[in-house]
Amino acid sequence: MRDSRYIITGLIVFVVLLTFPLWSNAGKAASPPQPNLDTPAIQNLEQKQCVEATEYMRADHMQLLEDWRNQVVREGKRIYVAANGKEYEMSLENSCFECHSSKTQFCDQCHNYLDVEPDCWTCHLEPKEP
Amino acid sequence: MGMAFSFILVVILILIVALGVLVPGLQYFFAVVVPYAALLTFLAGMVMRVLKWARAPVPFRIPTTTGQQRSLPWIKASALDNPSTTAGVIGRMALEILLFRSLFRNTRLELHQGSRLAYHWEKWLWLGALLFHWSMLLVVLRHLRFFTEPVPGFVTLLADLDGFFRFGLQGLYISGVTFLVAVTYLFLRRVLIPQLRYISLPADYIPLFLLLGIGSTGILMRYFYRVDVTAVKELTMGLVTLQPVVPDGLGMLFFIHLFLVSVLAAYFPFSKLVHMGGIFLSPTRNLPNDSRARRHINPWNYPVPVHTYEEYEEEFRDKMKLAGLPVEKEG
Repeated sequence: MRDSRYIITGLIVFVVLLTFPLWSNAGKAASPPQPNLDTPAIQNLEQKQCVEATEYMRADHMQLLEDWRNQVVREGKRIYVAANGKEYEMSLENSCFECHSSKTQFCDQCHNYLDVEPDCWTCHLEPKEP
Repeated sequence: MGMAFSFILVVILILIVALGVLVPGLQYFFAVVVPYAALLTFLAGMVMRVLKWARAPVPFRIPTTTGQQRSLPWIKASALDNPSTTAGVIGRMALEILLFRSLFRNTRLELHQGSRLAYHWEKWLWLGALLFHWSMLLVVLRHLRFFTEPVPGFVTLLADLDGFFRFGLQGLYISGVTFLVAVTYLFLRRVLIPQLRYISLPADYIPLFLLLGIGSTGILMRYFYRVDVTAVKELTMGLVTLQPVVPDGLGMLFFIHLFLVSVLAAYFPFSKLVHMGGIFLSPTRNLPNDSRARRHINPWNYPVPVHTYEEYEEEFRDKMKLAGLPVEKEG
């Protein structure tokens, strides 16, 4: 064990680096994001329901938005027929922001939590914060 | 045979978790108990393996040289391939660990025109291995975004660079693609080269199938059959803050991904994958070749009773003289 001081130092460095998430978060409470749905437009809705089911929107909204973009920009179609038969205008600014009128209270909550930076805002205008 | 066994084993693992999470109550087991147990096994196993190696005596230099040793001043020495100083050794280890210097020397041996032996330039294994390991490092570092809050800047920077290209509206992580390509290459290499296939054991295939499973579930979850990533991060943050909760909406693909990662982590210290730690302890790489410049005394030497010639002659001088043997000292 002549080299033990190097080996043990290396081992300690290895364990410390590997447990970085454990000690860097130690003592903190893991608070999940709370996207705020309390906007006037949503309050006035009779049935509080997005264009598709909540579970679908949570996991697949990026896919939906991409489909909408392709439909509108490339195919020229503007009407989206949802799974429940309701029709919506495929528009981020006119449909989505109608209800989700606050970017900081809605979009950014999860996007910041997950360190995702969608490039919606390279073309679209951010909604004015109420 | 080994391949079929390993494949069936990984399929069984996937079936265990896929059926297991359907049972109410077992979600907690697969999302919390298994990852914690795997992490503990990984850490304790790695530490024990390395300490076991540390106990092995390495009293002398083992110079497997690939370059000119330091010698007379007018002979050019190869400072990195045959180092005689600590700095040189650090250089050699860095080359080995970061760029796989030894693998770069790989050659292929073939007979030509009957019995003419030829060594071929063979860099594909080196390239595949380099691609795989660096991709894996990037993928692991990128996953830190699930384990930290707020996410450190270097993780964001890595993800931005890695996700330079687009897949639809999302960033396409190149490291994810190169990871799968490299693992597939390393697998096909084993299957298609007959000599290699002959020497391949289940221990060679199992890590490959696990990695293929982990990589493909990851890619599927990100680009094709998405899961609720916010729920995923709620789970992972709960795990790292030691307040585990199992949120709703964790998809089946996520459970398979997590379970395969846990199995790989727990299997890691007991498999050939432990070369991650072993590479640092290769005596042929991490010792300077200075055997001729410095005397290395075996630290484990203990006093050995010796009988010198002088003592021998002292003891048998009379008998030697009688027998007519020459002696060094008369009387």
